[in-house]
Amino acid sequence: MYAFEYHRPTSVKEAAGLAGQAEDIKFLAGGHTLLPTMKLRLAGPANVIDLGQIAELRGIERAGDMITIGAMMKHAEVANSAEVKQAIPALAEMAELIGDPHVRNRGTIGGSIANNDPSADYPAACLALNATIITNQRKIAADDFFQGIFTTALEEGEIITQVSFPIPSQAAYTKFRNPASRYALVGVFVAKQADGVRVAVTGAGSNGVFRVKEMEQALSGNFAAEALDGVTVAESEMNSDIHADAAYRAHLVGVMARRAVQAAGARG
Amino acid sequence: MTTVSLTVNGQSVTADVDPRTLLVQFLRENLRLTGTHVGCDTSQCGACVVHLNGQAVKSCTTLAVQANASVVTTIEGISQGGELHPMQAAFREHHGLQCGYCTPGMIMSAIDIVNRKGNALDEQTIRAELEGNLCRCTGYHNIVKAVAAGAEGMAQAPLQQAAE
Repeated sequence: MYAFEYHRPTSVKEAAGLAGQAEDIKFLAGGHTLLPTMKLRLAGPANVIDLGQIAELRGIERAGDMITIGAMMKHAEVANSAEVKQAIPALAEMAELIGDPHVRNRGTIGGSIANNDPSADYPAACLALNATIITNQRKIAADDFFQGIFTTALEEGEIITQVSFPIPSQAAYTKFRNPASRYALVGVFVAKQADGVRVAVTGAGSNGVFRVKEMEQALSGNFAAEALDGVTVAESEMNSDIHADAAYRAHLVGVMARRAVQAAGARG
Repeated sequence: MTTVSLTVNGQSVTADVDPRTLLVQFLRENLRLTGTHVGCDTSQCGACVVHLNGQAVKSCTTLAVQANASVVTTIEGISQGGELHPMQAAFREHHGLQCGYCTPGMIMSAIDIVNRKGNALDEQTIRAELEGNLCRCTGYHNIVKAVAAGAEGMAQAPLQQAAE
């Protein structure tokens, strides 16, 4: 790991101020992507701004038909939150599927979303649940936030503070895990809201997380696994690597989507 | 250099560290607590697991400065008055190790599992919860038996459990 200057602000304002003054900064959330990347010297920021001591980035709140989660909430905290389990059980279950127990004790929702790893789980949840990503500067719809592999709408120095999720009437996430890394080979999040169904896929797309409009239309008419018969995703848009080729991933998207719809339906 | 102050195995420590110092390096090289191991150094194998504010974490993927003002417990901090912790005793009794390299992390993870899931653990739960700890010797069979027995042992040793 290259040497860096370490900063430990205690407010979002202070963190943003530091980011404005210092050159070549990285925000440190849970550190479970950033630190390994720095160890490999794939990243070597001159300044690391640790968000771990900022109380206003924490907390889970339900207000009306929304659940709002602080950006520094850890995966284990979301997985075990009584509010999340009650309002959006699919989201708690998704958080429980990330990494292993130790990773879930450190990794954060804000960090995962800001990183937008093409195999991460949270981007699919945000997109399917039509979440709003709240930063220290603005509110960004999930549809506008995720812009391709490791690419988001965040500007330099912009800090995610909260993520707001509308509570769906039905939802589920199914994940085909890479057995070694626990990342999604294919993960499908299905959510039914009053205004329709949204289907988001992670792990599979060559350009990162994406929605499947054809599936959404089919399921908005009939929220049942059979509605997806004959609906496929294009192989040409799938990722292909040593773990799974594009044809396999395209097939898995269909299988995982059907299972997600079944799981959502079984929950009632 | 950045100053870091934390409590390790019940003792307050303060040191000036290069910010890039990992928590595991700080424990091993500054404090000479070499029971915590570095296996893969990529947050996969779990040989480096310690408890940070009561939660199991991989100390190879945590900076020492991130542990400022925290409470850290390592494998050296769990025995009481010369008596092995019930989980340590169970690993010995059930031969839950061969080379022993993964054992400190296994035991720290196992105690964390009991803290979260209680003292009556079935095999499926133990295997699922140990997914962040790799052992290349045992095939896990005796580790799973040791964790189940250690969990029961912890129920019969409430003082030690409370101390941890």
